[in-house]
Amino acid sequence: MTRDRILNLTGNTLLYGLLGLVFLVTFFPFWQIFILSINDGTDSLRGGFMLWPREFSLDSYATVFSNPEILTAIRTTVLRTVLGVPLTVACIAMLAYVLSKRTLAGSRFLNLFFIFTMYFSGGLIPTYMVIKSLHLIDNFLVFLLPGLINIFWMILVRTFMEQLPKEIEESAEIDGANDIRIFVQVILPVCVPVLATITLFAAIFHWNAWYDSYIYTYKPDLKTLQAVLVKILNQYQTGDMLSQAQQLANENKRIPVTGESIRMTVTMVATLPIILVYPFLQKFFLKGMLLGAVKS
Amino acid sequence: MRPDRHSSTASLGRRLYRHRYLYVMLIPAFIWALLFAYAPMAGLYMAFVDFQPTLGNFWSSFFGSEFVGFEWFSYFFNGSDFKMIMRNTLVSSVLTLLLGFIVPILLALALNEVRSQAFKRIVQTASYMPYFISWVIAANIFVALLASEGAVNELLQLVGLTKESIPFLQEGKYFWGIVSGANTWKEMGYNSIIYLAAISSINPDLYEAAKVDGAGRIRQMTSVTLPLLRPTIVILLILSVGNLMNTGFDQYYLLGNSLNREYSDVLDTYSFRYGLQNSMFSYAAAVGLFKSAVAFLMVLAVNSIARRMNSNSLF
Repeated sequence: MTRDRILNLTGNTLLYGLLGLVFLVTFFPFWQIFILSINDGTDSLRGGFMLWPREFSLDSYATVFSNPEILTAIRTTVLRTVLGVPLTVACIAMLAYVLSKRTLAGSRFLNLFFIFTMYFSGGLIPTYMVIKSLHLIDNFLVFLLPGLINIFWMILVRTFMEQLPKEIEESAEIDGANDIRIFVQVILPVCVPVLATITLFAAIFHWNAWYDSYIYTYKPDLKTLQAVLVKILNQYQTGDMLSQAQQLANENKRIPVTGESIRMTVTMVATLPIILVYPFLQKFFLKGMLLGAVKS
Repeated sequence: MRPDRHSSTASLGRRLYRHRYLYVMLIPAFIWALLFAYAPMAGLYMAFVDFQPTLGNFWSSFFGSEFVGFEWFSYFFNGSDFKMIMRNTLVSSVLTLLLGFIVPILLALALNEVRSQAFKRIVQTASYMPYFISWVIAANIFVALLASEGAVNELLQLVGLTKESIPFLQEGKYFWGIVSGANTWKEMGYNSIIYLAAISSINPDLYEAAKVDGAGRIRQMTSVTLPLLRPTIVILLILSVGNLMNTGFDQYYLLGNSLNREYSDVLDTYSFRYGLQNSMFSYAAAVGLFKSAVAFLMVLAVNSIARRMNSNSLF
């Protein structure tokens, strides 16, 4: 073999080895959770490295899906996502449209007014105090209002709108349409690609949000799935033997589930919607991420 | 020229009236910004008073509390926690910066070299996945993998690297490594996208010319791809230096526990614990303000450096 071919071979081995490692490191953790969630809980306690369930069992799923607290949490999460996403997308689209009009009186001030909030914030404690003074504690609106606008997504939409040809608006203006009609009938239809991207971002945001439910709500029916999962994780971390997951497991003494198998199953249930939605929509994500990456 | 040009000479009142609907469309976002961005900023005043939540509702107790100036700040700077918190914040974010910066570049370079499109797609799809899950899920996964009977320990024992399980999350000294690894795990795919985009915009003729000169694939990478990526790499590096104070809250709060606190407590989690769990509101707000102010100044400085470099070296 010539020197070049040896170099090429080692290069290829390194290349595929590195990428194979990236694949394993990102894929295996999800696989592991999945396996632990469908393996018999008592059997998992024996430990050992598992690539495949040793004793297949769906008991922990049966336990999780028959638990009222988890079902309520799923319902709350779905509700905040279904209500929050259209609200956010509509408000961001309107804001982006107005801010894209650079000749509007006060445009410079308004852009600065909104962009500034991206760089400086009051922080956790004053925000908590404001939320409390607005009576949003234990109020479903706390899921919808504080996260109503995301400036980063707004910039994506604004950039997209600024790149539209001016002619499409001008002909509508000549026809005497007012700004709201132009926005709804002319601008929104051509912005569908970027709106689809931020719709997905917003849906992921709402599905993944935990802090607001964890900090600002006490009522059990306002706990989202992720907030329940934080509680389970905290109890596991502090080594609380009667953790929530353990209690859930105990309720189901007849079947072999454990606190740990419940924790893995709830994790899986919270991940599954994202995994399912993800491959189909990767195209939109990529487009949005690229837009965002180039912009920042 | 845009037709609006003419209206700029019209009186302000007429211009406002003509676009009244645009201002109407702004109302929800404007109220949002006032209530959830600017009101908390005004609320930072509580860092300068001895805030007593018992004096009535927030705003009245806010102004009724005794003004103490920078007392909470000096209490923080002179306290024994300051050094530890700053060390944790800076060390873990520098580690994250090093690891989280190099890996995406390597990933993008490697993905660019792969001939098999199917393989490339599979690796890319897997590597973006962690970006979309919450830190809650990520933390649950890491806690499971790093447990004493978790996959990592089992694997280490299987290949004979260790005899006994390593208490990864119970012993503080592992925490910085774990959190920067977790940060990199979550973001490497996403962060590689911008490099892939920059690579794909390189003129293919340059590679042809390099080939004619007898350059192999490795030589093409070092002599064409990397030099052309350099401006992108430098800009992104500078920008991420500006974010050193912004460690993020979720991963530290969720992976941290009472056993590793000495290594896992950063400015955000410290402020959170003192404010919402120990009810030392003013002290916690002062810690938060210190972080926000320093982070803001760093981002501003870094942005202006990046802008200057951008105009010199990129175009």
